[in-house]
Amino acid sequence: MDQAAHPNEQELRALMISGLDGDGAAHRALLERLSGHLRGYFKHRFARIGHGPMEAEDLVQEALMAIHTRRHTYDRSQPLTPWVYAIARYKFLDYLRRTKASFRDVPIEDATEVMARDDSSGIDSGLDLERLMAGLSSKARQAIQCVKLDGLSVRETAEKCGMSESAVKVSVHRGLRALAVLIGREKGT
Amino acid sequence: MNTDRLIDMLSTNLEPVKPGRVWRTLVWALVVGLVAAFGVMLATVGVRSEFDSETHWIFMALKLLFTMSLIGTGAVFLIRSMSPGRASRKLLPLVLVPFLVIGLAGVAALALAVARSESCTAMMMGMRWQTCLLCIPFFAIIPFAALIWALRQGAPTNLTRAGAIAGLVAGALGATAYAFHCGDDSLPFIAIWYGGSIALCTFIGAMLGPKLLRW
Repeated sequence: MDQAAHPNEQELRALMISGLDGDGAAHRALLERLSGHLRGYFKHRFARIGHGPMEAEDLVQEALMAIHTRRHTYDRSQPLTPWVYAIARYKFLDYLRRTKASFRDVPIEDATEVMARDDSSGIDSGLDLERLMAGLSSKARQAIQCVKLDGLSVRETAEKCGMSESAVKVSVHRGLRALAVLIGREKGT
Repeated sequence: MNTDRLIDMLSTNLEPVKPGRVWRTLVWALVVGLVAAFGVMLATVGVRSEFDSETHWIFMALKLLFTMSLIGTGAVFLIRSMSPGRASRKLLPLVLVPFLVIGLAGVAALALAVARSESCTAMMMGMRWQTCLLCIPFFAIIPFAALIWALRQGAPTNLTRAGAIAGLVAGALGATAYAFHCGDDSLPFIAIWYGGSIALCTFIGAMLGPKLLRW
């Protein structure tokens, strides 16, 4: 795909790169905008195979999780939209595979389909964060609770939990990856 | 769970990401794989004893050239398959070039042998083709595990293909180690038994990929 194919490519890519450099506000803006695109994409895909919007929202969240935990695989010299699209498509096909839904109706699409947007905000999925968190190790759960949900700094968390700062970072990182896996498993069963 | 809450969670206290993590992981896995294959070779069959004549060195170099060219091209595809949206199907036949070259060289050597009325069977089967066929996949086990670990740090979207290339590179790493033991010096032997064992590893990798690489 050429870079001009997605009108927001430049903007989204700039947000992504700032996010990779540690800018939380840019990362939030990126995820918010991508969630609109992903919602449009998955609703469209699901409508074709007769699934509802709640399942689409599950996949929006799973894809956002994947984009976040795999963001180191994005090459800064490359356009962003094909990367996002490849993840969304992988997650959709993976969903079909594990739910044994039909492949027949999955057409070959092109990357511009990620352009479809649905900006409805504050949507709930069928996933329960608290229940998913219960599947984590106690260390990872504690670290994510403090750093990601309560917004404590890494140092405050380290003092509170009696861990080193690097151990907190590692726990958060591993915990998020484990959560991403748990989300996939939740819907597979 | 509310999507806004998830975004909130993911962007709170964001950690920066160092560029180049993907290829560092892959290089690490290749080095570990090569060292492990070599170690297993030393611990089991050992380095061949006679390295006296020039022919031995030439065939050793040819074997290494074959395996290294597979590792080189395979590594490029591995690194691409770790990043979503970058895998290029068009370039994939490049991996077949080393197989093609060694295959043609093997056929040429056989033709030459026929012309000189030497024994083709001896050239093709060598002294210990069974050892070759057993050792290369065996030496490839740890490299394969290392490469699968590396791929799992990435985000492969075509799991069969990624698994196949991991199997190919692991097989080539195993063959690199085996070349230091191997006492069979003929082009048809390299083509059939090195090529065959690496192809076997590729096939096994393709079978295991979808099970091992899901994320």
